[in-house]
Amino acid sequence: MAKVTIDGLEMEVPDGTSILNAARMVGGDIVPPAMCYYSKLKGSGGKCRTCLVKVSQGSAKDPRPMPKLVPSCSTTVQDGMVVENITSLDVLEARKGVVEFLLINHPLDCPVCDQAGECDLQNLGYKHGLAKTRYEEERRTFEKADIGDNIKLHMNRCILCYRCTYVADQLTDCRSHGVINRGDHAEISTYISKAIDNDFSGNMIDVCPVGALTDKTFRFSSRVWFTKPMDAHRDCKKCSGKVVLWEKGNEVLRVTGRKDKYGELEEFICNECRFEKKNTSDWVIEGPRHIDKHSVISQNHYELLNNIKVDIVKYQKQVAERVNKG
Amino acid sequence: MARKILLEHLNVPGIETLEVFRKMGGYQAVEKVLKTMSPDDVTEEVKKSGLRGRGGAGFPAGMKWSFIDKKSEKPRYLVCNADESEPGTFKDRYLMEKIPHSLIEGMIVSSYALGAKTSYIYIRGEYFYVLRILEKAIAEAYEAGFLGKNILGTDYSLDLHVQIGAGAYICGEETALLESLEGKRGNPRMKPPFPAISGLYASPTVVNNVETIAAVPHIVNMTGDEYAKIGVGRSTGTKLISASGHINKPGVYEIEMGLPVEEFIYSDEYCGGIKNGKRLKALIAGGSSVPILPEHLITKTANGDARLMTYESLSDGGFVSGTMLGSGGFIVMDETTCIVRNTWTLARFYHHESCGQCSPCREGTGWMEKVLHRIENGHGKMSDVDLLVDIAKKIEGNTICPLGDAAAWPIASAIRHFREEFEYHVKYPEKVKDPKHFFYAPFVSEKMNASIA
Repeated sequence: MAKVTIDGLEMEVPDGTSILNAARMVGGDIVPPAMCYYSKLKGSGGKCRTCLVKVSQGSAKDPRPMPKLVPSCSTTVQDGMVVENITSLDVLEARKGVVEFLLINHPLDCPVCDQAGECDLQNLGYKHGLAKTRYEEERRTFEKADIGDNIKLHMNRCILCYRCTYVADQLTDCRSHGVINRGDHAEISTYISKAIDNDFSGNMIDVCPVGALTDKTFRFSSRVWFTKPMDAHRDCKKCSGKVVLWEKGNEVLRVTGRKDKYGELEEFICNECRFEKKNTSDWVIEGPRHIDKHSVISQNHYELLNNIKVDIVKYQKQVAERVNKG
Repeated sequence: MARKILLEHLNVPGIETLEVFRKMGGYQAVEKVLKTMSPDDVTEEVKKSGLRGRGGAGFPAGMKWSFIDKKSEKPRYLVCNADESEPGTFKDRYLMEKIPHSLIEGMIVSSYALGAKTSYIYIRGEYFYVLRILEKAIAEAYEAGFLGKNILGTDYSLDLHVQIGAGAYICGEETALLESLEGKRGNPRMKPPFPAISGLYASPTVVNNVETIAAVPHIVNMTGDEYAKIGVGRSTGTKLISASGHINKPGVYEIEMGLPVEEFIYSDEYCGGIKNGKRLKALIAGGSSVPILPEHLITKTANGDARLMTYESLSDGGFVSGTMLGSGGFIVMDETTCIVRNTWTLARFYHHESCGQCSPCREGTGWMEKVLHRIENGHGKMSDVDLLVDIAKKIEGNTICPLGDAAAWPIASAIRHFREEFEYHVKYPEKVKDPKHFFYAPFVSEKMNASIA
């Protein structure tokens, strides 16, 4: 066990935990944002640099501070480490810089982006970004690429977190896409123009922190905050079958995996569940999915509406009893 | 004449062949090491010599070797970084081209010290003809029994391979080099773990520059203590400097550490002064990624001491008034140079070479290049200069590998020392329309004129 202090909060965590995961164990404001790290994907993290923190004391043995800001997702805690996240101005300044870098070439097409409302970059931008851009040049664009029937790749929005390549490496039997070119022309691509098609490829959509990979079957059907998320499950031979249905009326518009409060999937689901089972009758509905109250999705109060549903049968029985007595 | 070690026999005809190289004392170190010394003895000698990495960072080589994980059961590797791509640096190419056996001898001795059974030379893709020279030399060494099984009848065996890169600057960063050597995309790895623990094929690995490795046999031959006597303080030995720019005699020079910068620029033995009798304006002392120095800080440090060609003296004053020895790419600029244009050229290079893995470098290098392009072509605003400083500050130190720093430092330092020139470009856009704007009439500081009047 290692004793570590993050933003003045002391905690004890198992050895080998990363600073980010240590902070997540406590939760709240001290958790650094993460755009590329994904706890369920091995090797992810360290790329986006939004989770940079300051280590003001390396460890109890070697109390020297670390010379540079370190990525909290890939730096393991040491016993006696003191970490500053939101209490350090350097960190906030650097984070602001990183968010600006991520946004300068981002198309900012949120009004037409299916990810809007559940986009990590949007949240990050609202929290740390500037209201005005200092970037005057034309934004970078890529040629449109078709990567198959189910997944829409919109490369202009990509922040190159590499999560989708890890998904393909670690969940599917064959990775057919990757990063080609370098620098700010690096892009996710299937070389040359292949379709991504295998049973678990749909998880790329869920792990994508931005709207670069979206569900073609859901494309432009509704804004996410007009839909109501319902936990549901079914017997699936390939995966756990535990999903969230995004419904509008009685129509299932979209099926996704269940995400925790850090936007990570609890369990990966298969493409059959995701793309093919679009009828309520395919699913056993468990009840409304709780979405954080700060999310725009909660603003349509689907949970409350569900709670005040009147149980007519119960009332009828009560009335009948009263009549019988009377 | 100053003492030469690496390039001592440069002008001997046929030095690229094994026969002549041996006649000049080559491969003596291999015999000495394999027959009379233990691997730890060699490491100890290198430690004593104070040899520092010649690739740019200047990390003590002996210390780097001692970090290698000896408890691991995995094979150990020595990788020679011959991916010399820093603009302004061409010393490794020269050494490998002229005296290829000095590198091979160094590889054998160093591999023995590290206990490596397989070693690699990772050479830059553009050096294709040097690859041929090296391959020929390696074949000769195999034939003479210096490589292969049971070298010189001892039980030490070593295989040496040359791998050619595909022309990416980033593959000169040691972990990106290892990725590329493994056949993957050349993206730098996260550190820790350092290569000494988990490098090539997740095995303990040491990555050294060509010049560092080539110096090792000489250290073994003359002993580490003797080598440490050359040079000043913690900068020991000799260093190859690739001199280029507006000087009379550009080329590769071997200098003893501690040579005054002034002597190096103006002495006929070295650069031979500024071309056409022009005035010196600026200096990039150690390859394009180090901070640029203005005239008044080149020959003297901020304290007024003479600036010497050592790791310490060049970095005297930190980034405010100093620079770094880096890889020894010595670029001299005279008064006709436009610093903005020069900075833009460098920014363009880093923009092109950024690997695109982490966001500050991927987005920031392109942004800086565009802003500099705007300023240089007379479309800039005053606020752009501060914007550049701010972007550079936000890249520096926040990236995975040093490429982000390398892109930010030259720009930040150019603005620090030559801010007035950037402002001139903004103020007088019509005067900078001609790309050769300072060629006929060098830039003159208005502040200076005002103070004289």
